[in-house]
Amino acid sequence: MSSAVHAPAAGGHEAGGHGAENKLFGFWIYLMSDLIIFAILFATFAVMSGNFAGGPGPKQLFEVPYLFLETLFLLVSSVTYGLAVISMQSGKQKAVLFRLAITFLLGLGFVVMELMEFAHLIEEGFGPDKSAYLSSFFTLVGTHGFHVSCGLLWMLFMIIQVVRKGLTAGVRSRLMRLSLFWHFLDIVWVGVFTFVYLVGLL
Amino acid sequence: MFGRLTWDSFQIHDPFLFAATVGMPLGVIALVAVLAYFKLWGYLWSEWFTTVDHKKIGVMYIILGLIMMVRGVVDAIMMRAQQAVALGEALGYLDANHYAQIFSAHGTIMIIFAAMPIMIGLMNLAVPLQIGARDVAFPALNSISFWLTASASILVMLSLSIGEFSTAGWTGLAPYFEKEFSPGTGVDYWTWALQISGVGTTLTGINFLVTILKMRAPGLTLMKLPLFSWTALTTNVIIILSFPALTVALFLLSLDRYLDMHFFTNDLGGIVMLYANIFWMWGHPEVYIVILPAFGVFSEVVATFSRKYIFGYESLVYATVVIAFLSFTVWLHHFFTMGNDVNVNIAFGIATMLIAIPTGVKLFDWLFTMYRGRIHFSTPMYWTLGFMVLFAIGGMTGVLMAVPPIDYMVHNSVFLVAHFHNVLIPGALFGYFAGLIYWFPKVFGFKIDEKWGKVSFWCWAIGFPLAFFPLYVLGLMGMPRRIEHYTNPEWQPLLIVAGIGTVVITAGIAALLLQGWKTFQDREKNADPTGDPWNGRTLEWSISSPPPVYNFAVIPQVTARDDFWVQKEKGTAYPRPEKYSDIHMPKNVPYGVVIGAASFFLGFGLIWYIWWMAILGALGIVVTMMVQGDNDDTEYVITAEEVKKIEDAHFERLAAAGVLSGKPRNANQESHHE
Repeated sequence: MSSAVHAPAAGGHEAGGHGAENKLFGFWIYLMSDLIIFAILFATFAVMSGNFAGGPGPKQLFEVPYLFLETLFLLVSSVTYGLAVISMQSGKQKAVLFRLAITFLLGLGFVVMELMEFAHLIEEGFGPDKSAYLSSFFTLVGTHGFHVSCGLLWMLFMIIQVVRKGLTAGVRSRLMRLSLFWHFLDIVWVGVFTFVYLVGLL
Repeated sequence: MFGRLTWDSFQIHDPFLFAATVGMPLGVIALVAVLAYFKLWGYLWSEWFTTVDHKKIGVMYIILGLIMMVRGVVDAIMMRAQQAVALGEALGYLDANHYAQIFSAHGTIMIIFAAMPIMIGLMNLAVPLQIGARDVAFPALNSISFWLTASASILVMLSLSIGEFSTAGWTGLAPYFEKEFSPGTGVDYWTWALQISGVGTTLTGINFLVTILKMRAPGLTLMKLPLFSWTALTTNVIIILSFPALTVALFLLSLDRYLDMHFFTNDLGGIVMLYANIFWMWGHPEVYIVILPAFGVFSEVVATFSRKYIFGYESLVYATVVIAFLSFTVWLHHFFTMGNDVNVNIAFGIATMLIAIPTGVKLFDWLFTMYRGRIHFSTPMYWTLGFMVLFAIGGMTGVLMAVPPIDYMVHNSVFLVAHFHNVLIPGALFGYFAGLIYWFPKVFGFKIDEKWGKVSFWCWAIGFPLAFFPLYVLGLMGMPRRIEHYTNPEWQPLLIVAGIGTVVITAGIAALLLQGWKTFQDREKNADPTGDPWNGRTLEWSISSPPPVYNFAVIPQVTARDDFWVQKEKGTAYPRPEKYSDIHMPKNVPYGVVIGAASFFLGFGLIWYIWWMAILGALGIVVTMMVQGDNDDTEYVITAEEVKKIEDAHFERLAAAGVLSGKPRNANQESHHE
């Protein structure tokens, strides 16, 4: 690698060095932009939180034990991803794969539980077309669920990459970005759990 | 199989639409054939479509923006012609539905598909060169951004022939755009075109923010950053913060339309005003997204053509940042009359008026820069001066409408139409023209024709007031906007004047095209061997025109504001490095084209309920992203010898042009350029 490219702030496109740093920084900025999407969806939900239009409210819709388990899946998956990153930093490929697989299964459990909850509500006749409250509930929670699903797809893709390529600079850089994404979704879920479910049930 | 797409969806009944439906495919086929005849497809594919070079992507953005601008101007001519004649018994040649499609398309196209691409194109051309970088932070992403914008533009153009465009205005109108009232494809074309281009723009915002923050040449601290790059920086921050609001507004509307939800409906708890709030949380900042970079161009042009340091550099930076901040605090003034609490209206009215302060600061800074400068009246300077005069008027009518009681009198009238054209045309468009002419020689290596540029300027400078000042008067006379027919005979003379103004502006566009042709003809006469045709001040003028693919053979060490000017004064410009190193550059990639095409099918499928096509489009995007995410071989090397060869040739040209002494050239030496 030439010295000209390595001049400070000249920015390279190489997988390591400045390239990876810029990608991580760019990904942070993307997350902040995505966070605004969630912020507006939260605000919309707050505005709609009383617009039941004769339909059911949170007390008729949600069950705490079920949600607790669902939440636990996602929170623990964040811990296991963190452990995977620790293994990555000490270069233990097998441990990375194992911990990523656990994370993937926990995330999958979360998504499946959410889909089951949605299916149950729609079956009961409480679909998103019944009231503005339900529209905003399904949209906020569903948007988060969609993000988690994208994260799962990405994780599957990364597991395959780790197997095929090992812990190369490019793979590590991508794993770090997925890590940011995964923890970000965890934090958003804490907001969803608090404002949509707990506040609704109070 | 084809959703709601049937043979009847193809517009062949109306003569205008027939021309479009038959003409556009014929035009495309002819273009494809001509390019194939000259064997240009391979060249276009490898040199342009798959390029990740910010300069070429910038050129493509600008061509796209100019083509879409012509479409928008045709819409404008049709509207002005209709209003000039449609009094009383005379109904004109457009019915209400067609007229509504035209004004909706005109606004959408001019803001999203003309102004934005030209603005982003200018950023692409100038920012990496101004900050001493070899490319943007994410070159492949840059290509994806462009192709998303291009595919959304194609969707908008397609709505002419297949189906219809929205009739709900470019801003959308709740609950009218709900499925109950607008069941056709028009609103869906509008939504998906905006969504697809919006994703592209957000990615551009992230890309350029990282580029400017992380890839500046060593020594180029933020307070030494050229002012165009400063405005680009703030514009990108606004993009990143505001575009999510547009995404959500349109997403919620689509959920209403596709899944029968109730966000903006009349019934079951939907809130009509929620749409206005979310949309304008993006919509108002968007005005500054398109206008701030134009302000940046004016700052560069005024300093360069006055041969002076810009007056009040720091105040211009702070004014830019303050405008960016305030842009997020005024959205409610777009619907003062929608039934807000009085105190809310007052707060937003005051916030709106405050924006006049930093904007005024900028105007005075530019004026003081010119004061006692040696002003060179080149075409970019013409556009800048025209902007200052006309924009001041538009700004003042804006302050007028920021007063809620006055807004109650003139809202939804053509007074408003006059106001926002009065800020956006001189404010944004004149700035883009100035920027295009200013950086044209940098990109192509020859200067643009001055004579026809000045003719074009005068057509705009005369045509603009003719076309829009009558609308101020008509607004005060009570004429509503967006009407295709009226019964008040007092309005007609002024509307005819406005129509004549449009003809003059059209002549200005014709002059612009002639300017392009003359420029191409005289390219050898106007060649710029030095890379510094305007006696410029910032880094982009220190390298050859056109710049080599790597821009800077050696990343410069910056020591001052207007660094290149300082070097020329000290006699240290054009330093010849002792040796060159290998340079790593990003490889061309087809991901942008493929994702653009896949997004087109995703959008088209969603608009027409052709679900298999939408799914295939979405899959295409995901698979391409995976292929890209798996590709670690993204660079190629330009060896030190190749770099030396290219740079030596440039130094020979510099020596032949006699600029290697490094002193700033005096006025006599420049005169042969004019």
